[in-house]
Amino acid sequence: MSSARDTILARLRKSDPSGDLPVSDFSVMKEKTWTGEEKVERLIAMMSAVNTELHKTTEAGWPDLVAELLKKREIDSLLIGTNNRLMDRLQGAWRDNGDAPDIRLYDRAYEDERAEVFAAPAALTTTRGGIAETGSLIVWPDAAEPRLLSLAPPVHIALLEADRLHNTFWQAMTAEGWKEGLPTNALLISGPSKTADIEQELTYGVHGPKELIVLIIEG
Amino acid sequence: MSAPSGETFRERAGVALKDGELRANFRRAMDGLMGKRAAQFADADEWQRLRELGESIRRRALSKLPDLLEQLEENLTKNGIKVHWAETVEDANQIVLGILQEKNAKTVVKGKSMVSEEMHLNDFLGRHGIRALEADLGEYIVQMAGETPSHIIMPAIHKNRKQIARLFKEQIDGFTYTEDAKEMTAAARAELRREFYEADAGLSGVNFAVAETGTLCLVENEGNGRMCTTVPPLHIAVTGIDKVIEKLEDAPPLFSLLTRSATGQPVTTYFNMISGPRSATDRDGPEEVHLVLLDNGRTRIYADAETRRSLQCIRCGACMNHCPVYTRVGGHAYGGIYPGPIGKILTPQIDGIGQYGDLPSASSLCNACVEVCPVKIPIAQVLVRLRDEAAGHCSRPAVKESGAKKSAVQDMVWSGWKWMHENPGAYKFMSGVLTKTGNLTPATVPLLKEWTSVRSKPKFAKKTLHQLAKEKGLADE
Repeated sequence: MSSARDTILARLRKSDPSGDLPVSDFSVMKEKTWTGEEKVERLIAMMSAVNTELHKTTEAGWPDLVAELLKKREIDSLLIGTNNRLMDRLQGAWRDNGDAPDIRLYDRAYEDERAEVFAAPAALTTTRGGIAETGSLIVWPDAAEPRLLSLAPPVHIALLEADRLHNTFWQAMTAEGWKEGLPTNALLISGPSKTADIEQELTYGVHGPKELIVLIIEG
Repeated sequence: MSAPSGETFRERAGVALKDGELRANFRRAMDGLMGKRAAQFADADEWQRLRELGESIRRRALSKLPDLLEQLEENLTKNGIKVHWAETVEDANQIVLGILQEKNAKTVVKGKSMVSEEMHLNDFLGRHGIRALEADLGEYIVQMAGETPSHIIMPAIHKNRKQIARLFKEQIDGFTYTEDAKEMTAAARAELRREFYEADAGLSGVNFAVAETGTLCLVENEGNGRMCTTVPPLHIAVTGIDKVIEKLEDAPPLFSLLTRSATGQPVTTYFNMISGPRSATDRDGPEEVHLVLLDNGRTRIYADAETRRSLQCIRCGACMNHCPVYTRVGGHAYGGIYPGPIGKILTPQIDGIGQYGDLPSASSLCNACVEVCPVKIPIAQVLVRLRDEAAGHCSRPAVKESGAKKSAVQDMVWSGWKWMHENPGAYKFMSGVLTKTGNLTPATVPLLKEWTSVRSKPKFAKKTLHQLAKEKGLADE
């Protein structure tokens, strides 16, 4: 349809609005800053307000916390990707824990694994970081942690390192130079899936996870 | 209750105004939305600076639009996303159909897309044996009822829980009647999960298309947008050529303005940035991603500096939430795809003054929409411009079917009015006559009847202003 393309571009080029070129003042995006501690507290406040469960934990303590949270929900298996660090940590910590859930791996192409992915009761992922202002997780799915881990299972547990918190979305993307190369899919996740389409009544767990649990790893 | 019937806005508005249930549904919803939005922008300084930034981003993008569209195409192509261009909705529908047929796709799950409403895509695909299923809960309800969205953000806002419960009972197998929103949502989740799992293709709109990186941004709460763009092997996005932004860093301020203005949320659950199909190493995601860029009258809107500002819109719906007319008549009364103030300026420009020339007059020009618009579209100014266009009184007509509402009677009345005000003798005579006889005029005479049908008749003073001034000893020049 190159003709449609050429027609549209030619029509647009007939008018010359180049004189209307306002300057964008981004100072309002730059000014918002919090200390490390404030960022954590703000994220917790913002995400709790939209039904997210948050826990502060440590690098040593999170695997047992995951086991405990799943046990409380009577969930006996956990879907993870092929992130070696996660796998080592979980296997190490859960080796002698008779109550620990089974670890299932999302390690093949979606087509070969879709039934398991959609049937999984819970999944665990890492995050790239977080955003204090809005209470958001930054998630860049990849081969080690595919997209559906944070979407299909009804419970999504996310690990967030406290020192990877940014003040705002704008500051996160400019500081990390996202424009130089984005993955095929990048996301902000700010709570469990929700809707208010029936009489504006806020209801959680519509098409995505019903529960989002964030483990903030400090220290 | 279905959409108010009638040929014209006036007829449909008349029907809607008499529908107490409909009015209560809108009143409740709009009051809630206005309160939540106001709380988000409690800091007036931040609001002013953020909206100035938002406006500058949209105007900058429009000022470079053809170049940015080319850059967008180049970067999307580099990222493996196929770009298609469509001048008309017919062309866009054919493109979508072609892509689906090539993959032998029979079912399509859809994320919310107003452009697909513009295309009447569901009906079109249905006629070609392809089932298009809306997956946003509001759109799902509206589709089930055989209706169209009455709000661009909350499509089913015209319905209350009882009406939705009855609909689910009729149409979802095994649904046990309940008016509990959580249970109804769970029923829809169960139905749609299966559909996502089995669909041959997913279709979505686009909130911002980033030229710099070749990225499609989608804003949503439910996760249906992520499902539609992740699970099926094929993803087709449709968008207007106006949705492009220049830089990636332009997205965060617009995203913030959008969610806070639309529903009073500081952020939505998901902000989804798509920059390509599944890569060689990815385990999931669609194998193919296509973008259809639709003109459908936008190049015409673009050609005029005043009407071009309509294209700054980021589709937040704040203008309708704050509109005293919209709140009373609801979205269906407008008849077009886009209701409310933004619809009053977009619909006549896209579909023509001939059919929609009465929309720009369905406004008191109270300016509420202009005050809340996060990208400062001068909606009232464009409304006045469209009234001139409709009446055929525009020095440089630019709108489709300009002059279609030209009326000889109206022109005559206004030329008489003008002549009288230019001739002091005639003015004095006429005002003198009206002080004596004006109150005798029956409320039912044509023209006056239009006014008095819903208002009391104006009362004429016993003396003209000139007479009063003269009595006070002021010089009458």
